[in-house]
Amino acid sequence: MKKTKQLLACLVLMTLGLGTAHADYTLNLVQGVTQLSHELYDLHMLVLWICVFIGIAVFGTMFYSIYHHRKSKGHEAAKFHENTTVEIIWTIIPTLILVAMAIPATKAVIDLDKTQESEMSIKVTGKQWYWDYEYLDNGIHFESHLDEASEKTHRVSSMDPRSVPNYLLNVDKPLVVPTKKKIRFLFTAGDVIHSWWVPDLGWKKDANPGFVNEAWTYVDKPGTYRGQCTELCGRDHGFMPIVVIAMEQEQYDAWVKTTLEKQNQPVDLSDQSRGSLMTKGESVYLRNCVACHQIDGNGISGWFPALRGSAKVTGNMDQLIGFIQAGTSKMPAFRKLPDNELAELITYIRNAPELGNNVGDEIQPNKITPKWDDDE
Amino acid sequence: MTAVVAEHDDHHDHHDHGPEKGFLRWIFTTNHKDIGTLYLVFALVMFFVGGTMALIIRSELFEPGLQFVDPNFFNSMTTMHALVMVFGAVMPAFVGLANWMIPMMIGAPDMALPRMNNMSFWMLVAGVLLLASTLFMEGGAPASGWTLYPPLVLQTGKAFPFAIFSVHLLGISSIMGAINVIATIFNMRAPGMTLMKMPLFVWTWLITAFLLIAIMPVFAGAVTMLLTDKFFDTSFFDAAGGGDPVLYQHIFWFFGHPEVYVMILPTFGVASTIIPVFARKPLFGYSSMVYATGAIAFLSFIVWAHHMFTVGLPIAGELYFMYATMLIAIPTGVKVFNWTATMWKGSMTFETPMLFSIAFVVLFTMGGFTGLMMSVAPVDFQYHDTYFIVAHFHYTLVPASVFILQAAGYYWLPKWTGNMYNEKIGRLHFWLSAVSVNILFFPQHFLGLAGMPRRIPDYAIQFADWNMVSSIGAFIYGFSQLLFVYVVIDTIRGGTGEKVTDEVWEDASKHSLEWTVPSPAPYHTFTTPPETIPTEHF
Repeated sequence: MKKTKQLLACLVLMTLGLGTAHADYTLNLVQGVTQLSHELYDLHMLVLWICVFIGIAVFGTMFYSIYHHRKSKGHEAAKFHENTTVEIIWTIIPTLILVAMAIPATKAVIDLDKTQESEMSIKVTGKQWYWDYEYLDNGIHFESHLDEASEKTHRVSSMDPRSVPNYLLNVDKPLVVPTKKKIRFLFTAGDVIHSWWVPDLGWKKDANPGFVNEAWTYVDKPGTYRGQCTELCGRDHGFMPIVVIAMEQEQYDAWVKTTLEKQNQPVDLSDQSRGSLMTKGESVYLRNCVACHQIDGNGISGWFPALRGSAKVTGNMDQLIGFIQAGTSKMPAFRKLPDNELAELITYIRNAPELGNNVGDEIQPNKITPKWDDDE
Repeated sequence: MTAVVAEHDDHHDHHDHGPEKGFLRWIFTTNHKDIGTLYLVFALVMFFVGGTMALIIRSELFEPGLQFVDPNFFNSMTTMHALVMVFGAVMPAFVGLANWMIPMMIGAPDMALPRMNNMSFWMLVAGVLLLASTLFMEGGAPASGWTLYPPLVLQTGKAFPFAIFSVHLLGISSIMGAINVIATIFNMRAPGMTLMKMPLFVWTWLITAFLLIAIMPVFAGAVTMLLTDKFFDTSFFDAAGGGDPVLYQHIFWFFGHPEVYVMILPTFGVASTIIPVFARKPLFGYSSMVYATGAIAFLSFIVWAHHMFTVGLPIAGELYFMYATMLIAIPTGVKVFNWTATMWKGSMTFETPMLFSIAFVVLFTMGGFTGLMMSVAPVDFQYHDTYFIVAHFHYTLVPASVFILQAAGYYWLPKWTGNMYNEKIGRLHFWLSAVSVNILFFPQHFLGLAGMPRRIPDYAIQFADWNMVSSIGAFIYGFSQLLFVYVVIDTIRGGTGEKVTDEVWEDASKHSLEWTVPSPAPYHTFTTPPETIPTEHF
């Protein structure tokens, strides 16, 4: 019966599949790229096969009985209603099978827990709705948001997700790690609980606000590995993916060098053309604002105010700067935005046709002066 | 006091009166059969309300991209679908069956506490309506999943206190129902109906009732702490004030794990009642069935953190909860083997209730297999919070609890109405359901293993094909259920026209007492206790 059903499901799938070229789905768990993920994969297969064999035995018996012991075939009902020997046997055999499963499972639990003697540490902070990565050994620190193509596509219904490479599984800044190095991850969260999962690494771990969790990995093979947040964390839970790029030590060292150089460069506050302010402003908006105020600037009634036609947005420029930097009880303070990004953002939200605003002005990065007081 | 006495006398004066005339009968009734009907009808309506929410979810997931709903509303739908199905459909449906069948199965004239019975039903209605009203509040219905994890749940809009008050009402209603079941079974059994002669359905409900009394106050406590965290500046679950968000998860799952057994133990009971009748054999291993139910209920209290393997448990916790969870497979296995042995060498016929029961044994076992897989803590670091778990618990709820509730409907409708249901449509309903439920849920195993997290409104392209298959299955399954509504209404109105006997099913009265009373069952049954007590050991 089960087989027929699976066959039916496959037939339906095949008919549908004719129209779609994407046949790169998988049916089984990924094997992954670490020793640990292989160990878990083997364990998964072991238990799966145990289940398949028990299933064949039990369902086989049942269907034999259904076929032969039916009234329409004139089968007379037997009278037995218990058999202590049989009952003891089918209690003991499953117990033994469980013990056999528990032994490798115990070893795997212990292996998962071996976070000691790591060679480097990365602190991962989950936030609504992006990841924040901090390399504790060299000071690299950046945020990793959903990439712009996916961000725009999932917010505009006329755009086709199939035209976006790695739709919803791509980020603007991936986490870069060296291969063949034991890496310890520290997980925490800034607001609600998130969970960091890259299937190829073999595990997920919850990021709890106010607490720190640990996990470790040792990637064998260079490559790009993708994952997602797996603990419901609010409206954009489905839109905070994870991308890990594992590279050989040499390339990794080069990446660290250039990234640190870029990070330590003073912010470029030179004047920009209006076009440049607007384009870059859109990126800043997509990274920081779109989750609440939406792609069309309409916000969400009852939750997030609209920017479209908002007097705060289109009114006094200095007050707007102060407002964004200070935040409110609902909106986080965006002091983290450097002056150039703030100038780009403000020019964009005051003038973007997508948001329905057209004040007709602009502000250059060097014109931004802090409007908030650190002592407050 | 005088009023009570007066009414008592009044009752004696009209000893064999029938139901009250008119609409008020259904408001004020204290008759176990009326209240049972109310519960069952309410549950069926809620099954369609929750089902509609499921179809909204599956429509959005039909294709990648956001087509129909806002992500926040999507999260509200997953939350409300679960709450409505658990507290509005499955649990009330089993309470309805308990009301109808427990007195008739133990030879009692009614439930022990008829007025509380009425009150518990109307509190349920109030609770569910309150819950449903949150859909129309500013900020929308709760969108944090049915588990209501903080800190996320504290971001709920105006609906937050209403949702919590609704949980309180539902909890009180369940506790009252459970007290009633226990009081009835312990005090109202007919002479000679010893505990070990009771039908398995009664046994499983007795144990379920104890689970309910133990867990509902825990849940009420957990949500009350959420309430004070939000409005009265406590910090039970806020690290900034010395609390811990994970503490909530421990409390919730101490309720939540037994809660899922509240939905499955009566399912076991009905299956153990139906299968022997259609195999024309006594239930195999009656006493081991009872002990297995007790063992499962006990284990349900000591395995809760297997819902939290990735939350950052200490290694000893991981190991303990893994071993304890694996143990559940043993008593559950015993049950599956017993049902198989009951069929073995029987003389089986395959009317609709039996078809649904066999499908239950097979498909529930498949849900059990994935449960066993997830009990292995280290591999659960991959499975956790993916579509694999969605497939798992839907296999243990839809083709298990829901199939068995419908099997119970087909099985007892002739007794309730005195009419035979339409077997052809019943079988059509079965085959459509059994095939489509697998098209719906089987592909979700693949999606989960391939890496699709649960509770997301949009997904990467490699998940597109199986999501589409799953959604198609959902629509077939959903619309097939209208056949069940048709059969129920049709049977109440006269069904096939064939007059059913008291026994309805061949030799059913050898198994259980309800088949010794006339069909349809009179308004009052067993006003004098039965003389012979059937058992499963004949």
